[in-house]
Amino acid sequence: MAADRIFGLVALITAVAYLAAATQIQTNMFSGEFLPKLFPYMIGTIAAICSLFMVFKPDPDPDWPVAGTWVNMALAVVVLAVYAVMLTPLGFILPTIFAAGILSYQISPRLVPAALSGLGLSLGLFVLFKYALGLGNIVAYRVPTPAKLWDAISILIPFVGGH
Amino acid sequence: MDILANLAIGFGVALSPYTLFLAICGCFLGTIIGALPGLGPSNGVAILIPITFTLGLDATSALVLMTSVYYGAMYGGRISSILLNIPGDEPALMTTLDGYPMAKQGRAGDALVLSGVASFVGAFLATIGLMLLAPSLARVAFLFGPAEYFALYLLAFCTLGGMASNNQAKAALAACIGLGIATIGVDSSSGLPRLTGGNLHLYDGIDFLVAIVGLFAIAEIFFFIESHGKGSSIGVKLDKVRIPWKDIMSTKWTMLRASGVGFIAGILPGAGASLGSFLAYMSEKSIAGDKGGFGTGVPKGVAAPEAGNNAAAGGALVPMLTLGVPGSGTTAVLLALLMTLNITPGPTLFTDRPEVVWGLIASLLIANVVLLLMNVPMVKIFVKVLMVPAWVLLPGVTMISFVGIYSLSGSYFDLLLMVGFGVLGYFLRKLDIPTVPVILGILLGGNMENALRRAMTLSDGDVTYLFSSPIAIGLWIAAVAGFIAPMFLRGLLKKPQAITD
Repeated sequence: MAADRIFGLVALITAVAYLAAATQIQTNMFSGEFLPKLFPYMIGTIAAICSLFMVFKPDPDPDWPVAGTWVNMALAVVVLAVYAVMLTPLGFILPTIFAAGILSYQISPRLVPAALSGLGLSLGLFVLFKYALGLGNIVAYRVPTPAKLWDAISILIPFVGGH
Repeated sequence: MDILANLAIGFGVALSPYTLFLAICGCFLGTIIGALPGLGPSNGVAILIPITFTLGLDATSALVLMTSVYYGAMYGGRISSILLNIPGDEPALMTTLDGYPMAKQGRAGDALVLSGVASFVGAFLATIGLMLLAPSLARVAFLFGPAEYFALYLLAFCTLGGMASNNQAKAALAACIGLGIATIGVDSSSGLPRLTGGNLHLYDGIDFLVAIVGLFAIAEIFFFIESHGKGSSIGVKLDKVRIPWKDIMSTKWTMLRASGVGFIAGILPGAGASLGSFLAYMSEKSIAGDKGGFGTGVPKGVAAPEAGNNAAAGGALVPMLTLGVPGSGTTAVLLALLMTLNITPGPTLFTDRPEVVWGLIASLLIANVVLLLMNVPMVKIFVKVLMVPAWVLLPGVTMISFVGIYSLSGSYFDLLLMVGFGVLGYFLRKLDIPTVPVILGILLGGNMENALRRAMTLSDGDVTYLFSSPIAIGLWIAAVAGFIAPMFLRGLLKKPQAITD
């Protein structure tokens, strides 16, 4: 019950924000005044109606994971996000060892197999991508400068990086 | 014989040693992808699209490779359905109903071979149906103007939403999420950015591959973290595999009927393979009656949904190729592949680029034969793949997804977006909001809006133009019916629950 209501409310706010943004769409003489806004208006309206349905006619709640699992999943999101920004400055091998290892540990919490699968996946996929598929430019190994590392990690800090 | 001549063109394109090699690789890879729990046809193909793209294969080779993977994954899906009781994707759910009980009776090998043959029959007949039907439908499609296309896209969302979810509002919301995402980016007519929030990365719009891989593959890792990879070990033993001629002969009519039912269900835009396997299973169940023993592990219960499922997968290609409207989640991914290769499905595809269409059809036939030959003797090898533990498989899949998406643009922004879609996908699936309409929305949103705009421009803003032709009216009625009917038929269409240990 509660989950559907909360999601419905979030969706409703998003839909209203989307509609508000749609009224601000810039137009010019090529597009006409109304056509670029018409479709967003339609979608936003339907989405808002559906969200109201979810708020007032919610389905039963799904089985949510326990608190510890939430922490784990949040950690996984952080790991994936850091991995995403580190691929550019550090290349493939080093970030993959850590990311794959941590994810493996989270699925099955045993230290040695997780570390081994991180190492194995990183090197194995590197060989596969570089030599079998010829994607060496994408998985290249790089040595970064501290400035570049900071640039990359600052992307994840709100209002600091990201450009 | 027009068809034979066209087919000759197709085989001329698809039957070179190199493409044959690609077909075999694709089938092998696809079967593995389909067999692995947590990696269905949709996300398997989705992960591979950017990598194929980066490899620089030409359109025909890429198409042959990916359709082989697609068909292979449909075949492979039955392995985890039968041995693990885990359907690789939604249509495979029906196969678990009789496949898993049959495997538990010690007839796992028989069930696997029988379902392989049923898959072959279904897919083969559907490909022939595709050859016969698609060209004539493509001619009808020339009558479609913007108003008809708009109604057609609406029909796809309505029937897909109606079938895919238990809650109409949730399905419609999912479609709106996808369509809303599709509107982000530089507007095609004014050349000005729309709804980007001033973010330069969004000027190009959001790539559908980022969304597909995020929603399907990255979301999966959260489910595995939640379940700690439990439930993915083999509970049944696979002894000697031999060909159960008796079962195959006794189910031949079942296979033929199920193929017909599945093909017709697959043609309906939006309804797709889930409906095909469901209807095939249920109709065979009612023909067999109570004495048929459906649900206890009878050969007919394995053959029917597999033939129906694969026939529907072939049938779903008909609206996808002729109208550009996919009939299921997996064909949506295949549509994404075509769009990546700069091939626009639609009626003109058949006249402008016959080599692509008939090459695709020929490669489907080739893939089908390769798969049958590969699956019967090599089924034990594929079963070995199921031994790969989740704690190696899932991180591996995630890393491959990252490399694939990174190779598209080399930007961290797409990767972060993909992680975001993964989180979204987790919550959507938890709340029983279907993810396929989201994908379809992102894929078709641009075309749907263009159709609407053209209709409005042609009619000078007159809304009644949208309902002005008989075809358009028919499509609107079908769309409304497809959306509303499942609400009343829900009791009738109730899916049987898979048995649990």
